[in-house]
Amino acid sequence: MNVPLLQTSGLTIRFGGVTAVDQVDFTLEEAELRCLIGPNGAGKSTFFKLLTGQLRPTEGHVHLRGRDISGARPHEIARQGVGIKTQVPNVFNAMTVQDNLWIAARHKHTPAFATDLTDKILTDLRLTQIANKEVGQLAHGQRQWVEIGTVLAGEPELILLDEPAAGMTHEEVERTADLIQEINKSRALVVVEHDMQFIKMIAKTVTVLHQGAVLIEDDVARVLEDARVRDVYLGKGLAA
Amino acid sequence: MHQLNGMTGALIGSAIVAIAILTAPLYVDLFQIMQLTVFAAMAVLALSLGFIWGYGGILCFGQTSFFGLGAYAYAVAAINFGDSTPAIALAILIPVIFAALLGYFMIYGGISDVYLGVITLTVSLILFNLVNSTAGDFYKIGDARLGGFNGIPGVPTFNLPGNSGYILSPEQAWMVTGIALILVYLGLRVLIASSFGRIIIAIRENETRAALLGYDPRIYKLITFMIGGAIAGFAGALYVNWGAFVSPTIFALGLSAQIIIWVIIGGRGTLIGPVIGCLLLQWLVTEIGAQQALDANFILGAILIVFVLLVPKGIAPTLRDLVMARLARDKPMTADTTTVKVKT
Ligand SMILES: Nc1ncnc2c1ncn2[C@@H]1O[C@H](COP(=O)(O)OP(=O)(O)OP(=O)(O)O)[C@@H](O)[C@H]1O
Ligand SMILES: [Mg+2]
Repeated sequence: MNVPLLQTSGLTIRFGGVTAVDQVDFTLEEAELRCLIGPNGAGKSTFFKLLTGQLRPTEGHVHLRGRDISGARPHEIARQGVGIKTQVPNVFNAMTVQDNLWIAARHKHTPAFATDLTDKILTDLRLTQIANKEVGQLAHGQRQWVEIGTVLAGEPELILLDEPAAGMTHEEVERTADLIQEINKSRALVVVEHDMQFIKMIAKTVTVLHQGAVLIEDDVARVLEDARVRDVYLGKGLAA
Repeated sequence: MHQLNGMTGALIGSAIVAIAILTAPLYVDLFQIMQLTVFAAMAVLALSLGFIWGYGGILCFGQTSFFGLGAYAYAVAAINFGDSTPAIALAILIPVIFAALLGYFMIYGGISDVYLGVITLTVSLILFNLVNSTAGDFYKIGDARLGGFNGIPGVPTFNLPGNSGYILSPEQAWMVTGIALILVYLGLRVLIASSFGRIIIAIRENETRAALLGYDPRIYKLITFMIGGAIAGFAGALYVNWGAFVSPTIFALGLSAQIIIWVIIGGRGTLIGPVIGCLLLQWLVTEIGAQQALDANFILGAILIVFVLLVPKGIAPTLRDLVMARLARDKPMTADTTTVKVKT
């Protein structure tokens, strides 16, 4: 029997009375690209935080290639090959674009190799022009790219992207979609996004979260036609 | 590449200062040499906080704990051994061990930055009270009586390594202290330019991001804290060597506050800044003290307020920005923007 890349079972976290993630069973196969959608407050970012160790689950487990990583610390999970671009950008603001990527690459590699890998990713993401700019002074869309580049420089095997296209121009959104498909040739991704155009560009299978629980998980075309999905996005029906 | 250029500049600057230090006894009188010696010892202490706060993002309110422990370790060891070389080693080792234990509980215990400040301050006060209450014959380590609030007088000063009969003259002690300051400065420059240095700066910038890339922020912070303890302890030995005396006031609140003021005024996030801040303010306090017309603490407070309001980045970063702006204006097309990143 093949072991999935990522599997959560009964994954739950409560903040006081709020159950932000509720008994989620989620399975991702090797090299899969999954989109995760859901209205504001559905628990998508919290789910990512549970996967990356930024939060500890109240109940349930996370398995990465069969290994239980529930409750492990962020750096331990990162070392197992999970990389994340968070919703609120997490970058090294006072450092240059180049240094941001270098720090990521340096974790696995020698300084010289890290420099080469940094240059390669700068070229791939077309960031060479701004390589020596301080990240704190860049526009939001560019900071998103820097963070994606930083994640890539860490060479993870599973990449989580929380709203990668937010704040980008139409042209940048298309480039991001292309990039995700390019990355997916060799690695698995889970992408959270609100932009349905963007989802249509990249998605095969979509998982919908609603009030912390999985509402539906199916092929993109069927999910977007589903009446329940429309209802939760319009904010009626299921809440009752 | 730009870091290399910055390093060359630091080396040239250090060489010039080293020559000035070595030749100073030729044109400066003994009283001033003594004064410069204590200034330099304090500047080493300023570097210790400038490093852990400016680069490691750790605001330690009790850097005097390590300074004082280093000073006492030196005094006790020098009295017992009659030789300063192993005493200097202990003045570094004991504060490092103390920093490792204290840092481990604070950093691995996951307390917030604010509480770290409070705890380190409290620890320095505890040490003050502890050492203050060691008067009497009962409290002695080997031949060294701790002496409570009276302190330990007559501490042997530095001798030539391997020759405890050759005691350094005040001029030689000055050269040793001045060169020690330069070596600590250059050592920290090298450290900051290394992978370790770049990683601790990254952790200072965004601890979450660093952890999500696989770095354990705790071990990096702990090592940074211990390096700060080592340098502060070494400064303690330099300080005792200057006065041949140590007392519990070395742990007192006033000095803890002063170190922070030196760093703020000189410029956090640089190494030269804390040195400049320390030398400048010590000189000022000495001048004011000589005049006896004004209260030194009052002036210090006023200067701090003026800086926080008008020069919030501190002297060194502000000067650097001015120079860079000037260069960029003079040759707008050819200006090498990468040099803006050079940290002093
Ligand atoms: N640290 C916390 N403490 C208390 N409640 C929290 C915490 N973090 C998240 N929540 C709550 O959990 C729920 C899920 O939040 P989450 O940020 O995961 O939603 P999301 O699906 O990412 O939404 P969005 O699309 O707006 O980013 C929300 O009700 C939020 O208020
Ligand atoms: Mg979110």
